[in-house]
Amino acid sequence: MLGTLTLLLLCQLAGELAARLLHLPVPGPVLGMLLLFAGLLLRGGVPAAVQETAGGLLRHLSLLFVPAGVGVMVHVTRLETEALPIIIALFGSTLFGIAVTAKLMAFLLSRIDPRLEEEPAAGKPLAGKSAEGDRA
Amino acid sequence: MSDDLHQIWVYLSANPLAGLTLTLVAYQCGLWLFEKLGRRPVLNPVLIAVVLIAGVLSLSGIDYRTYFDGAQFVHFLLGPATVALAVPLYNQFQEVRRSALALVVALLVGSTASALSAVALVWAFGGSAVTILSMAPKSVTSPIAMGVSEQIGGLPSLTAVFVIITGIVAASLGTWVLNLVRVKDWRARGFGMGVAAHGIGTARALQVNEVAGAFAGLGMGLNGLATALLLPTLYHLIWG
Repeated sequence: MLGTLTLLLLCQLAGELAARLLHLPVPGPVLGMLLLFAGLLLRGGVPAAVQETAGGLLRHLSLLFVPAGVGVMVHVTRLETEALPIIIALFGSTLFGIAVTAKLMAFLLSRIDPRLEEEPAAGKPLAGKSAEGDRA
Repeated sequence: MSDDLHQIWVYLSANPLAGLTLTLVAYQCGLWLFEKLGRRPVLNPVLIAVVLIAGVLSLSGIDYRTYFDGAQFVHFLLGPATVALAVPLYNQFQEVRRSALALVVALLVGSTASALSAVALVWAFGGSAVTILSMAPKSVTSPIAMGVSEQIGGLPSLTAVFVIITGIVAASLGTWVLNLVRVKDWRARGFGMGVAAHGIGTARALQVNEVAGAFAGLGMGLNGLATALLLPTLYHLIWG
């Protein structure tokens, strides 16, 4: 756990440094992710401890967005005066974006790899949690 | 006695403990309600937690800055968590490699569709220029979105709010819209959630299916890269 956390922080730090030194417009953590990914490829496997800690952190990924979300308080006035365009844009573009991306991806995949005509492709729902209609 | 209470109040409001505890307790309440009421995606734990915390803060008169001093420890973990997305990505690497071409095309089209439709809708319904610019990068994870927003002249903190709401909309209604357009492939479902709705969409996808989760994480990472690279360029082309 501690080892993995250190590894994650080191990757992030390396990513931040690279982004700054090379003036890349990409945020440090994303470079850090690519770095860790490259490391896993070189090593040819994920150590059990890394698997466990990363899984634990990602299981509660949505918690990490809460503090920024509370920032909604600071923008109440703007959100009120521009409520209509903001609400329509957020709902409309998000659902449109999901639909366009997923539909196009599914279409392209069915072209490349016809085995995926069957549903749902590869992978089982996580144990004990899924019900029909509970797809991501 | 009331002096003691005052002392405690002063201590707590100057200390990260209160903000941090409040964040975790509110999120636990959100999870509990989510489970209790039948795991309906509309009762997103993030949404519940944000509403609870905002309520507590307005009632007690604590401002957001003070709260964030404590909550920033949770916020900070977004960085390591983004790095950790390499793990599900590696686990699904075989699948990813097989579908590389589809991924790139769907990414570019999906990313552009999200950003352009958001900008167009704000503009069409009379939103201000600052709102339009803050809206453009809202589909990507908040550290990236805030950076891009700053580069193109939006308000980073407003962008962060749009980012979170985008995630909540996707986590609540994504399943419905994916069923509506009849996409069954887990890879496509996950990728759509990740590209259009970053980490919260990914969290929702991970909850449901490992493959969907890995592709969502990939979509989030790739769209982060694509948006960070393309949006400022696009902005300079259009606005000059």
